[in-house]
Amino acid sequence: MSAHVITMDAPVETSLLDTGAQGIIGKPLDRIDGPLKVAGKAIYAAEQDANTLHGVLVGARIGKGRVAAINEAATLATPGVIRVFTDFETFARNPQQGGEEEAPTQGVREIAYVGQPLALVVAENLEAAREGAEALVIAYEEEAGAFEREAHAAECETPPDASTPAHSSQGDLDRAMADAAVTIDVTYTTPSQSNAPMEPHATIARWDGDNLILHTANQMLASCRKQMADALGIEETNVRLIAPYVGGGFGSKLGIAPEAVAAALAARELGRPIKAVMSRPQVFEATVRRSDTRQRIRLAAGHDGRLTAIGHETLASNLDGEDFFEPAGIATHFLYAGENRSITHDLVRLNLTLSGSMRCPGEAVGMLALECAMDELAEALGMDPIALRKANEPERDPEQDIPFSSRNLIACMDRGAKEFGWDRRDPTPGGRREGEWLIGLGMAAAARSNLMQRSAARVTLRRDGAVIVETDMTDIGTGSYTILAQIAGEMLGAPIGRVQVSLGDTDLPPAAGSGGSWGANSAGSAVYAACEAIRAKLAGAMGASPGDLTLKDGEAIAGNRHVRIADLIDGDLTEEGAIRPGKTDEAFTQAAFGAHFAEVAVNAVTGETRVRRMLGVFAAGRILNEKTARSQCLGGMTFGLGAALTEELVHDIRNGKCVNHDLAEYHVPANADVPQQEVIFIEERDHAANPMLTKGIGELGISGAGAAIANAIHNACGVRVRDYPLTLDKLLPGLPPV
Amino acid sequence: MKTFDYARADSPEAAVAAADEETRFIAGGTNLLDLMKLQVMTPAKLVDISRLDLNRIEDMDEGGLRIGALVANSDLAADTRVRSRYAVLSRALLAGASGQLRNKASTGGNLLQRTRCYYFYDTASRCNKREPGSGCDAREGFNRIHAVLGTSEQCIATHPGDMPVAMRALDVVIVTLKKDGDRRRIPIADFYRLPGDTPQIETVLYPGELITHVELPPAPRGRQIYRKVRDRASYAFALVSVAGIASVEDGRIASAALAFGGLAHMPWRDPAVEAALIGQPPSTEAFNAAADALLTGARGFGHNDFKLPLARRTLIAVLRDLTGDAS
Repeated sequence: MSAHVITMDAPVETSLLDTGAQGIIGKPLDRIDGPLKVAGKAIYAAEQDANTLHGVLVGARIGKGRVAAINEAATLATPGVIRVFTDFETFARNPQQGGEEEAPTQGVREIAYVGQPLALVVAENLEAAREGAEALVIAYEEEAGAFEREAHAAECETPPDASTPAHSSQGDLDRAMADAAVTIDVTYTTPSQSNAPMEPHATIARWDGDNLILHTANQMLASCRKQMADALGIEETNVRLIAPYVGGGFGSKLGIAPEAVAAALAARELGRPIKAVMSRPQVFEATVRRSDTRQRIRLAAGHDGRLTAIGHETLASNLDGEDFFEPAGIATHFLYAGENRSITHDLVRLNLTLSGSMRCPGEAVGMLALECAMDELAEALGMDPIALRKANEPERDPEQDIPFSSRNLIACMDRGAKEFGWDRRDPTPGGRREGEWLIGLGMAAAARSNLMQRSAARVTLRRDGAVIVETDMTDIGTGSYTILAQIAGEMLGAPIGRVQVSLGDTDLPPAAGSGGSWGANSAGSAVYAACEAIRAKLAGAMGASPGDLTLKDGEAIAGNRHVRIADLIDGDLTEEGAIRPGKTDEAFTQAAFGAHFAEVAVNAVTGETRVRRMLGVFAAGRILNEKTARSQCLGGMTFGLGAALTEELVHDIRNGKCVNHDLAEYHVPANADVPQQEVIFIEERDHAANPMLTKGIGELGISGAGAAIANAIHNACGVRVRDYPLTLDKLLPGLPPV
Repeated sequence: MKTFDYARADSPEAAVAAADEETRFIAGGTNLLDLMKLQVMTPAKLVDISRLDLNRIEDMDEGGLRIGALVANSDLAADTRVRSRYAVLSRALLAGASGQLRNKASTGGNLLQRTRCYYFYDTASRCNKREPGSGCDAREGFNRIHAVLGTSEQCIATHPGDMPVAMRALDVVIVTLKKDGDRRRIPIADFYRLPGDTPQIETVLYPGELITHVELPPAPRGRQIYRKVRDRASYAFALVSVAGIASVEDGRIASAALAFGGLAHMPWRDPAVEAALIGQPPSTEAFNAAADALLTGARGFGHNDFKLPLARRTLIAVLRDLTGDAS
């Protein structure tokens, strides 16, 4: 079947989602997978088969060196242990990044970080496999490793360009700094963070002849399938990945991870299915971290607040041979005006866990620096932070001189200021005290590049009006099932309960998967395209033009004719649709925008910060489901809270060991940390983005959220900490005596 | 996870009879099971005491309460007698762990909670507590959560609990049953040990000795406060905590009991702190003198240096609240 392809070569004038009659698009519908999840009936990767052998990975306990020898005797003597698998050529050293088609870095004899998986111990049960893994004796030839960014900063290198250029500049930043009336030159640091999804990385590998079937926890199945085939040296068509439910990923499950490769190899050798689930420490040590960063921000402005220069230099870290760099300056390219600009990213090679994508790579930490520096500039100028941002609102992309596809930052700030009571902010820090608590307000802008990737989907309209949507898109807890059902239901005239959505299986048409906030844009547009093709067929059967066709509750309406769909088609009507990015990618700068507001209380005795309330106002094109979109924003704002106050993945600088590799000591915000949060969406359509006129929203909520909190802390107590997270020990020296 | 033998006891006597050197009793298992999965603890045998008849809170003749060792943290915190007469204990319990853990964790087990030292938890690191004689990776390592009082060359770990800190201020008595059938009544002041050269030995309990009850003496005079300072609002161990009980009469501090968490290998209580306060009018000077007494001999190891000013500030704030309106 040839697919109906929509290529985004020009803005879409009218979306069929704006003319649909079913009335379900945008509605705050409950997730259709919700009841399954709360009832424990959504079956995750490790639960797909109870009759498997169990494999437990053994990670390196040194940070750099080689495996000299492995003594398996004690492991093999452990009751229940079947075999120890090592494959120094094929095992994955670390996970692959998202979207790649090649295998992850392979070859594990050379050790690059503590936790690097070296062996898989397979046993009849999990307990025996764990005991056998603990008993494995590995002799190392240890070398001196590099475990601390600043100690090796001088040896940094410039990585190849990625989604954002490693280095870019225009004008003369130094000159502008020298000439400016007011300047800010500050350095912020952010620590390594862990994606820390609830569901650990998990795979059940099973072979059926030459065919490998993986029940696995991945965000992007189509590319993971290619990665796995390449890792094993087999054909892509011999690999099938199944992941109907994924318990969070936040970027750490974009690519194939070591447990999947090891399980596949061992299952082939033993001829039995093998389940390999990472332990919680392994999720912290052997999957993905967000890189630590050092960011120098330079801002030059006139007394009117207009920026003449912006500099954003980032130093991040990664393993040797891995090109990914945390693109902290990605939004700095387009967020504010200013003719002299320099945005750079450099990379230090460290012997630490792979750094890769963690929710909102780039902006999540870049905005922690940029948006606090803007707050510092506002204070230096004696300007309101919102007024400063308005003074620097660019009409067009300030570097590329092309229009924005849509941009409502000012509307977000104005609406937020009004709803939040921004006028009650005392610009003098430390001015408001309630008992022991110092109260402050802060704000920051949000920006997140909008992305769409090639995706395909198959939609079937049955004679009874029911609709079936099929794609290998994943739902990692975001609401993919629900929004795809809403899109198809709206376009084909089916109530939500009449739409069945099948996801997470590479036997289905390939989608872009969940990552980069492009899931809804990409998979949704593919469903849109398939539905458009079905509508064309129905219109033809009606003898009407597609534009005159209305579908509602299983009925086709054209002019004054009402026809049951069963009377229009002889059998199931199935069409494939596909979306491709096109010329609007180059013709417009596409991004979603927003504004964060936070009120915090800093304890004047202990330095403990408690966030009292947060408000996020977002403009992200059409909202497909107000409830799932809101939930994404709440989650993002909570991520921002963690980045600002609590999250820090600590490595021992002597040997590279991950110190706090469990959820008791790696502090994601607990329920009690998360205050009253409000989310407001500004009505918007983005005609250049895709035929649904949507923009990505999954990561927008993080961008700037932590900066709003940090700025509120400064407003509360006058202490400006530039070293995240802002834990109490860093605030204590600046607090008043007791 | 090491294989182990499992036995279920139907009486305290049977439990101690079934126990030997390699045995651990298991009740809620909220700490022990985690440590066993990581093979930080590898008992050869577990004796399950969770079904014993030790889950009541009883009034004692002299006015105190006898708490069965199996009373869950959440039940103890919610008991109306505890809430009204031993507020510091109820508050401390509710400041600990999470709701789910408090529902499962027992009174006896909570007294024996192991440290959260990162290096204790990692079998590939050196730790004298986990593996005596192997060394201590915390002293020169990342030691933000570690002790500043009563440390030794061998160990700078903290006791992570909240409940025991309140119990230390309340002077509870820990009642045990020994393997030979004898009962012991151990004042909490004598129950815990500093690390010294044997950080693996944390209490004075003999192998196979079972905690059966904790006795609360009659309610103390004055106000009670438990204040816990931590990195997040819930489900985080104390960086510093203070259990404080004090009364003021005729403008002077008449009684004071102050115990501290997060600072040492055991719930910390120093008579010099209380001596600096008793007989004094409440004042910042007196509170600072108490803090001076507390921190005499305290030392940080780098990342935890902040605990010294934090302990001082927190203590002063607690003392202000304890003596506030009366001063």
